[in-house]
Amino acid sequence: MTLAIWIDLIYLLAAVAFIIALKGLSSPKHARNGNLLAAAAALVAVGATFFNPEAEFKHHTTNLILTIVAMVVGAVVAVPVARLVKMTAMPQLVAIFNGVGGGAAALISIVVFLQHSQLPTKPAVYTIAEGLLGLLIGCVSFSGSAIAFAKLQELMTGRPITYPAQQVINGLVGVAIVGLALATLLTGSVTLMVITAVLSLVLGIIFVLPIGGADVPVLISLLNSFTGLAVAASGFTLNNNLLIIAGTLVGASGLLLTRMMSKAMGRSLANVLFSAFGSVVTAGGGADGTGETRQVKTGTAEDIGVLLAYARKVVIIPGYGLAVAQAQHTARELADLLMEKGVEVFYAIHPVAGRMPGHMNVLLAEANVPYDELKEMDEANLEMSTADVALVVGANDTVNPAAKNTPGSPIYGMPIINADEAANVIFLKRSMRPGFAGIDNDLLFDDKTTLLFGDAKDTLAKLVAAVREA
Amino acid sequence: MNTTGILEFLTVFILAIFVGNEVVSRVPSILHTPLMSGSNAIHGIVLVGAMIVMGTASGAAQVVLGFFAVLLATLNIVGGFTVTDRMLEMFKAKPGDNAAKSKKPDAEGGAQ
Repeated sequence: MTLAIWIDLIYLLAAVAFIIALKGLSSPKHARNGNLLAAAAALVAVGATFFNPEAEFKHHTTNLILTIVAMVVGAVVAVPVARLVKMTAMPQLVAIFNGVGGGAAALISIVVFLQHSQLPTKPAVYTIAEGLLGLLIGCVSFSGSAIAFAKLQELMTGRPITYPAQQVINGLVGVAIVGLALATLLTGSVTLMVITAVLSLVLGIIFVLPIGGADVPVLISLLNSFTGLAVAASGFTLNNNLLIIAGTLVGASGLLLTRMMSKAMGRSLANVLFSAFGSVVTAGGGADGTGETRQVKTGTAEDIGVLLAYARKVVIIPGYGLAVAQAQHTARELADLLMEKGVEVFYAIHPVAGRMPGHMNVLLAEANVPYDELKEMDEANLEMSTADVALVVGANDTVNPAAKNTPGSPIYGMPIINADEAANVIFLKRSMRPGFAGIDNDLLFDDKTTLLFGDAKDTLAKLVAAVREA
Repeated sequence: MNTTGILEFLTVFILAIFVGNEVVSRVPSILHTPLMSGSNAIHGIVLVGAMIVMGTASGAAQVVLGFFAVLLATLNIVGGFTVTDRMLEMFKAKPGDNAAKSKKPDAEGGAQ
């Protein structure tokens, strides 16, 4: 057998490993091994590529050295960033790693296009088309991920950015790109290709601008799927089955995951992408005008501590506020203390609590909260009416009864945790500012609700002290 | 490449769509984030493609673009796997945790 066939066999094995790994990542038991298997397979495939005759490293020593330099620099930057970044910043980190993947796919297309343009004969139409697809999707994914990062990192406003006739203008840019791509296809012109690439970068940006902070995670999942497709297109360009399989797997599974996420928010994917959700701060209670004057009841940590210590059942409902304050450890401390006092405690986890689906589970796992104390929304809602206290820590939209009661509300239909069914509701909040969706929460003004303002970590620590005293 | 070649690649592509849909059809929501991150790492295999074009690059423009393709792809693949492992590290079973696990039939059902 020739070397080329051995290399192809190694690529095939890597592709199989990726499929097994994705399967493993879908179950709690095998997830970590799945990821390690995929990493090992990727390492072997990358190592084998040094000997791939198609890469011609044997004849291009300078290129070989530069390749190794680029890989070393990349690894030296990536590992510490990935290891040290705070768990709360995970979504934007995934956005960045996704964006650079899309960028790589786009660059591959450009280099191949340049190589083809030097050939005496024009390559087949589908060869150019494959390259252009990788270029377009890769560029959109790259610039889109960059904006998503900026929104989550709060380098720019998390609110949707809208302008008149937005969807029309975005649509026209899209049409222009298709037209330019077709022209590039027919002429093989490098200039047209570059213009197409630049416009695709612009499309990535304007596509993401109207999407609000709360919806960005869904968007990242979609862009992840896009990058997968761009990689698959690179596979077509380079006639490489491994890239086709790996890219398509991610493209298809990412799209499915994106739909699962929008479903968890009770909305369609189209609504997430195009409705500029949360651009207007509305009085979701339907009581416009009166919203500003309504009174809320605030309590002291001591009062709330006593209430918690003598409750029978306490449900902790964590949200993004808990995550930003890094309060997961303090939350666990409070829960453990209450359990020592004989209070039944569990955590009710909304599917989109935090910034990404499952994000809250990751954060609480970091604080060593046992699995069996975490209840998913449906399971938790069965028990809400028997709970004495619902302790809402830095959450808002995920417990907003407007989702059930106010048909006009933008979040109407979103599944929520029924905190309003508990006998008492405690909100630990930084301020009266509405949640990401920008909607007032009637539950804050309810008679059985008590608010304790402050950073989630500080207020939880005060509650721990108060419960000890009680 | 002739037209038979493109058909073979298309076949692989179409089958991979179905496999991709099949493997993640039942994922407990606690794993959505790690799954997104893990699949993000998997498309980092674009590094193989970046290496191939870098190996065949000639002229300053191609070499510079190829260099950045390899650099970006390395960030994707190395960062992606590392951050996913860090997330999943936290899910590791603790001693005596079996009882807790068996109480989660829906999560385990996703594995079948």
